[in-house]
Amino acid sequence: MSGAELGLALSVFLACTVEAVEALTIVLAVGSTRSWSSAISGVGAAVLALAVIVAALGPAITSLPIDVLRVLVGGLLLIFGLQWLRKAILRASGLKAKHDESQIYEVQAAAARGAGAKHDGFDGYAFTIAFKGVLLEGLEVAFIVLTFGANQHRVALAAAAAGLAVLVVVAAGVAARAPLARVPENTLKFAVGVMLSSFGMFWGAEGAGARWPGGDGALLAIIPGVLIAAVALVKVIQRAPHPTMTETNDQATVNA
Amino acid sequence: MTRASALLAGVWDFVVGDDWRTAIGVALALALTALVAALGISAWWVMPLAVLGLLALSIRRASR
Repeated sequence: MSGAELGLALSVFLACTVEAVEALTIVLAVGSTRSWSSAISGVGAAVLALAVIVAALGPAITSLPIDVLRVLVGGLLLIFGLQWLRKAILRASGLKAKHDESQIYEVQAAAARGAGAKHDGFDGYAFTIAFKGVLLEGLEVAFIVLTFGANQHRVALAAAAAGLAVLVVVAAGVAARAPLARVPENTLKFAVGVMLSSFGMFWGAEGAGARWPGGDGALLAIIPGVLIAAVALVKVIQRAPHPTMTETNDQATVNA
Repeated sequence: MTRASALLAGVWDFVVGDDWRTAIGVALALALTALVAALGISAWWVMPLAVLGLLALSIRRASR
């Protein structure tokens, strides 16, 4: 496995782990308070929808000319990566509330309990919430799988890394029978933001006609460079006076 | 809101997120890279500088 392929697999695995932890919290909340069978049906339907999206868009993306693909993929990955990195920097520096899976679980469970009477058979609320949660969290991962995988013609490797992350998170969730509150989500998001931004910058510039000194080896400087810049921004913010957090924990559950 | 406009709004929100200035900045930086490369000048340095600037500006806006 080359360094770029390892970077691909690691980035997809970490991104998928974060999203899977968040989706698991939602499914656990509606499953335990409403109906496990309906919640699991919602998960299945969402996974099917995500598979259809990847299968439909994958060939279309991989058929693009390589430079167009690199500009498109690089640009989009960079936009995504900078969003992840900005939120992670704000959380690490204390300007934004950190993701708290236990609190999110309580909020979701309370909403599920107050959502009307449960039915003995199919529970539409549990199905819909589980479906939406998995689909929305999974869309970003599907996008990362497609873009990373298509650019290196290794969609299968990217999909395998994503699948492995889901298996690990589900196994941990089944073992813990609780939200995975101890997973260091902000650290993982920080790492994913650094990786997406680095690869996006690398591919975008190549697609636009730039040639990196050292070719693929430039990534060995780009990734640490982005990490150092991000950590430096955290330190700068921590030293500057600032009034309050930009959002509450409840809002963070929606916006993260 | 019609379904088409809702779909477009959803796609915009998914891709661009809550900071459209950064998205525009990335597009402009890629265009500048292409322009510099087309002039026969080494262009690899454009994106690192642009990314650092865009990230710092985005953080500054969010922390105000």
